[in-house]
Amino acid sequence: MRRILVFEEYCMGCGLCEIHCKVQHSQSKDIIKAYNREQPKPLSRTKLVKAKPVSFAVQCRHCEDPPCVTACLSGAMHQDEESGLVVHDKDKCIGCWTCIMVCPYGAISMDVSGSGVVAKCDLCQTLDIPACVANCPNEALVFEEVVPEQ
Amino acid sequence: MRYVIIGGSAGGIGACESIREVDPVNELVLISDEPFPQYSRPMISDFLAGKATFDKMMYRDDDFWQKNRVDLKAGRKVVHLNLNERLVELDDEEKIGFEKLLIATGGKPIVPKTDGIDKKGVFTFTTISDAERLAATAKKNQKAVVIGGGLIGISVADALVERGVAVTIIELKDRILNLILDEAASRIIGDFMEDSGVTIITGQTVKTIIGRLDDDTAVGGVVLSNGEEIQCDMVVFAIGVILRTELVAGTDVKTNRGIIVDRRMHTNVPDVYACGDVAEVYDFVFGENRVLPLWPTAHLGGRVAGYNMAGKKAEFPGGTAMSALKYFGVSVISVGLVNPVNGEEYDVVVQHDSAGNVYRKMVFRNDVIVGFTLVNDIERAGILFYLMHSRLNVKNFGSQLVSDDFSLASLPSDIRRKLFLEGTKWTTSPE
Repeated sequence: MRRILVFEEYCMGCGLCEIHCKVQHSQSKDIIKAYNREQPKPLSRTKLVKAKPVSFAVQCRHCEDPPCVTACLSGAMHQDEESGLVVHDKDKCIGCWTCIMVCPYGAISMDVSGSGVVAKCDLCQTLDIPACVANCPNEALVFEEVVPEQ
Repeated sequence: MRYVIIGGSAGGIGACESIREVDPVNELVLISDEPFPQYSRPMISDFLAGKATFDKMMYRDDDFWQKNRVDLKAGRKVVHLNLNERLVELDDEEKIGFEKLLIATGGKPIVPKTDGIDKKGVFTFTTISDAERLAATAKKNQKAVVIGGGLIGISVADALVERGVAVTIIELKDRILNLILDEAASRIIGDFMEDSGVTIITGQTVKTIIGRLDDDTAVGGVVLSNGEEIQCDMVVFAIGVILRTELVAGTDVKTNRGIIVDRRMHTNVPDVYACGDVAEVYDFVFGENRVLPLWPTAHLGGRVAGYNMAGKKAEFPGGTAMSALKYFGVSVISVGLVNPVNGEEYDVVVQHDSAGNVYRKMVFRNDVIVGFTLVNDIERAGILFYLMHSRLNVKNFGSQLVSDDFSLASLPSDIRRKLFLEGTKWTTSPE
């Protein structure tokens, strides 16, 4: 399984990851429409966090033993049996925010202006490489095979 | 070899899942007194509000029992436990033997002896049946009195308001949600509730339920302890639950308020486990076992119990009072000790932007987080929960945790690295 690795020492804080994540999760997949026209406004699922001089992008780590899945009240947050990815079913989600309470990365967002429920990184299932990684100009985000523990 | 689980909600379901991860073979029987136990109880307010259909409320898929090869005995009740002979006895006298037993019977709502309690229009709010009964009754422009301003009371009030019912909440203490919020946070949500038309009466309780003038068998109002009379069409009791420990009464299983378990969810009797609301589980803030009637805690405990029952060693990572809520348009996450009583022992940092209704409070003891409340800016709650659960010393950056621009990047690099390498320990992984 491939996961996004974060290298904060290479992050310049440019924010392209957020921009391209937003476009990828927009309806139009068009940067101009996504930013200027679409309602509800698309939401980035990667979060660029900064505390000078540190900056890096953080998104759902797709934990092996995900606390958000344990805590989920509705069953919307679940782990895909085959891929091991943490999958969020937005039609099942009620937006109770319990997953947000236990995500140690703060990687789950409240999509209040959109779906009204939570949103998080889905590793861009339709792309070979997630949009944030593909558009990171300095390899601060890398999409790599990781070997699970055990 | 047979596993028997009593109770099919968050804990029972968690145990079925972890047992099957380890042991796909042996017999697994689950007995629930509900007809469709695999629904999400916290979602009954969404159901009553009309925001979630019955289908949407299903916590697990319809084929959950089948897929996990669980012999589900739904709508059945265990009436007796014979721990010496290792038998559970059902209401139709069927006896089922077990090698490993999990008691996950939960709690049932407290309905105190009150005059007029048997009138039509008196409800509780714990199960889907409660919600269905209430949904069949509650109509627009009716009036409801909700007794109790805790989590259940607020959730039923929110749903009733959505249905167009005028709600009055009667809370015995000086503020709503007093167990999980401080005065300032309670005030914020209280203001929003009042803006939605809810009347909040504190320091009072209901003394008598009175009948209607034209029909004394139906609820017409309530009389408070101060003598005030409030007219209403329905009364909902939401003052808490008593734990369903009755099955272990008279057995060797040790109870306090709930069934006492160790970190592996094991009771003092060999091969007998307990989890969920009925158990007293380890609270990492207080360092002792407490009743923590919360869905995630129950599910976590159920998973841990299941692993241990199936022969894998797993430990409950500790819970604490922890609630996320979204009612009346206010989002709140509140964890641990947020109302410290002994001021000297604790350090408190607060940031309150009253214009934006954003409130953040951190409580520390010996430079370790023991509680926090976030109102309306809650996305970073999980980072705080991680620091808190990991018992990390936050001396050098604790005060920054309430600032607007606090983020994962603000944490010291060693903590950050450890988090990215190891993740959280608030998990159920067996050894």
